[in-house]
Amino acid sequence: MLNLIWLLLLASGIIVAAINGNVEVVTEAALSAARGAVQVCFDLIGIMALWLGIMRIAERGGLIRIIAILLKPIMSRLFPSIPAGHPAMGAIILNLSANILGLGNAATPFGMKAMQEMQKLNAGSSEASQAMCTFLALNTSCITLIPATIIGVRLSFASANPTEIVGPCIFATSISMLIAVSMDYWFRSRSRWKGTR
Amino acid sequence: MLLSFLTTLSKWAIPLLLLVIPVYGYIKKVPVYEAFVEGAEEGFTTVIKIIPFLVGMMVAISVFRASGAMNYLSSAAAPLTKLIGAPSELLPLAVMRPLSGSAVLGLATELMKVYGPDSFIGRCASVMQGTTDTTFFVLTIYFGAVGIKKYRYAIITGLSADISGFLASIYICNLLFK
Repeated sequence: MLNLIWLLLLASGIIVAAINGNVEVVTEAALSAARGAVQVCFDLIGIMALWLGIMRIAERGGLIRIIAILLKPIMSRLFPSIPAGHPAMGAIILNLSANILGLGNAATPFGMKAMQEMQKLNAGSSEASQAMCTFLALNTSCITLIPATIIGVRLSFASANPTEIVGPCIFATSISMLIAVSMDYWFRSRSRWKGTR
Repeated sequence: MLLSFLTTLSKWAIPLLLLVIPVYGYIKKVPVYEAFVEGAEEGFTTVIKIIPFLVGMMVAISVFRASGAMNYLSSAAAPLTKLIGAPSELLPLAVMRPLSGSAVLGLATELMKVYGPDSFIGRCASVMQGTTDTTFFVLTIYFGAVGIKKYRYAIITGLSADISGFLASIYICNLLFK
């Protein structure tokens, strides 16, 4: 599926540009995006290092394990394939908490750590495990209590009430989270990998 | 009240984490600085692994957008948005949302500049922006970090969340702001 989406994005872009007679935009867009991608990664390195460093302290002190055990009742339902007290649980909880608080910078490193821990349970496969799919469903649809960026934009255009959108945002994300979790549950229960990983 | 509490919470969250975790670790006799450096080292290798995935995805998305194909897709979907009570100005936002965070922020800012943040379009754009996530970016970097190449149903789930988030945003805005 990803192969097809990727090809469609690329091919339809090039064909449209060719029909419009400005095929040179393709070259420019492709090259600058390639450079931009590396730039994004470089910007990530420092933040990743900071949070993974902090996380390692929390892990060595046993804090991650404690958090994981505290939230076990919910987490073991959402992630039946991850053993209780596994470090993946702690990382998932930290990632979701950071997302909810709108700390995007801290959320990404925790999320990657969670993925690495889940990959350990995935026997080195190059195919996503069920736990990973559930995690990403939660992650991409997660509620943010303070959508800080957009409030900032509204403020900069002199909105009379920049934060009035917070309530509606929470309503709408709750719906999308509900849909994502139910769909994930449905896929998981009818999956041909049922019972494994 | 609640909102100011939440704002304070998100302002204090990072300083508090940076204080509480190392202090807790020290009490638990963890060599805190050494543990920090050991963990931080992992940050570098993880990010390097993401680069090829991100280059592939960003090039395709960028070509799609710059060529004007995105605009055609938006105008092709215009009758659909009329049906659900969304102004057609919001369509590029909805189409780009799963693909590119910076592009969407640019589009939303532009809409607020043109129509004002307190217009119906401005409010809808704000709610949409605060609701959904850059699904493709998230999937690309998270799966990339562990070398997963087959995403299984994660894409469908993520996109359904985006679509339902969009519909829910439009619904609540029509209810509250129309």
